[in-house]
Amino acid sequence: MIILAIETSCDETACAILKDGRYLLANLVASQEELHRRYGGIVPELASRKHMEIILPITEEALKKANVSLENIDAVCVTNGPGLIGSLVIGVSFAKALAYGQKIPLIACDHINAHILAVFLEKERPPFPFVALVVSGGHTALFWVKDYLEFYLLGQTRDDAAGEAFDKVAKLLGLGYPGGRIISRLAEEGNPDLIPLPRPMLDKPGFDFSFSGLKTAVVNYVNDLKQKGLSIPLHDLCAAFEKAVVEVLKEKALAALSATNCQHLVLAGGVAANKRLRETLKQEAQKKNFRLYLPSPEFCTDNAAMVAVCGYRKYLRGEFASLDLDVYARATFKKLSL
Amino acid sequence: MEVFKTKSPEETEQLAEKLGKRLACGDIILLFGDLGAGKTTFVKGLARGLGVPEDYYVQSPTFAIINEYPGRIPLYHVDLYRLEPEDVYDLGLEELAEQGVLVIEWSERLPFSFDKAIKVYFEILDAQERKIIIDIDI
Repeated sequence: MIILAIETSCDETACAILKDGRYLLANLVASQEELHRRYGGIVPELASRKHMEIILPITEEALKKANVSLENIDAVCVTNGPGLIGSLVIGVSFAKALAYGQKIPLIACDHINAHILAVFLEKERPPFPFVALVVSGGHTALFWVKDYLEFYLLGQTRDDAAGEAFDKVAKLLGLGYPGGRIISRLAEEGNPDLIPLPRPMLDKPGFDFSFSGLKTAVVNYVNDLKQKGLSIPLHDLCAAFEKAVVEVLKEKALAALSATNCQHLVLAGGVAANKRLRETLKQEAQKKNFRLYLPSPEFCTDNAAMVAVCGYRKYLRGEFASLDLDVYARATFKKLSL
Repeated sequence: MEVFKTKSPEETEQLAEKLGKRLACGDIILLFGDLGAGKTTFVKGLARGLGVPEDYYVQSPTFAIINEYPGRIPLYHVDLYRLEPEDVYDLGLEELAEQGVLVIEWSERLPFSFDKAIKVYFEILDAQERKIIIDIDI
């Protein structure tokens, strides 16, 4: 059984081909990073135009790489939300045309569901139920995952996503795009304990996050130094900021494990590629005796392989979409109250 | 034009909540100010004033560009932070304004002006304090 997956929810155009739910025959991602770097962020209209240009060649390339023809594909799955509407529409329209033309089932996948399932592309797979920490440019949330397609929201950000805070702080410091990676690189040479920054939400119960106040604390710190005519200790500030974000993510994830009485934590989303976050959670896992599952960075950032995993599970359950499938910008999750 | 000083994010939210209670369908609110000046906090207050449920988080729309919240009137929360001015035409902002209350962060990037809008300017005074100027076109 071979599934072809398309992902265009943000600024990456991706296509993957997965056999029998576990053998990844092709996994291609065309990043628009270079294009958006010039603007210091993603430009939605440009993003969707670029998706349109790339989606056909990347699909042909994936088929070639997988050494299969369109006739071998049993189903096509596609991310239909959450994300940028203009970008999602390109992938969904393309997938519909493919499904209609080949007379094969169309499957709709939720981007967050796909991120959670990225870990099933690895050899080491978590048993259900597990706790998933999804951290990306647009999302920061903790889920209790009961089954492949059944997961419940424990808490999420009340304002900015963690990745967004990274990008905004980078822009504030004039560091360019993509902010997260630049900050992490600078942080490696800095001392994280010299500049006191807040740990938002750690004083509050529950599993919600808030990163807007942390961003404002960085703004205030920078303004204060500027007023005094002092230079900004870039490395130390990046290190302090990164440590603050990572600590909040870690503490809330640990609290979620304990509240759900769960011993398995899965990390997902683009920020899951962050070295400091991975290292910190690894150390905690040893100390606190829980199992940590870290998908490789290529499966953490946006990709279509994770969408294929999600699509495969839906295929097994016969959950197909019709050709009037719509896209959605914002996620709505079922909540779990503890 | 009215000038306010708020001493905390909570006060900024309360000020906006009062404004939110008086808003009607078709109102357009343009927000101007730097990163961390309190724009999203202000929109949280507007949402409360418009009766958006407490558990419905007003998240930053920087990623999604447009967020919609269900209140006594729908609230459309737009962020132009990542857009080039020419991209703004594609958002259909005028149509959104006809269906509810439209609030726009980073209005500096608007390539056109609205006939009638409430303009709100944010200025960072110190770590906690903000100057907020509310300018209503009549």
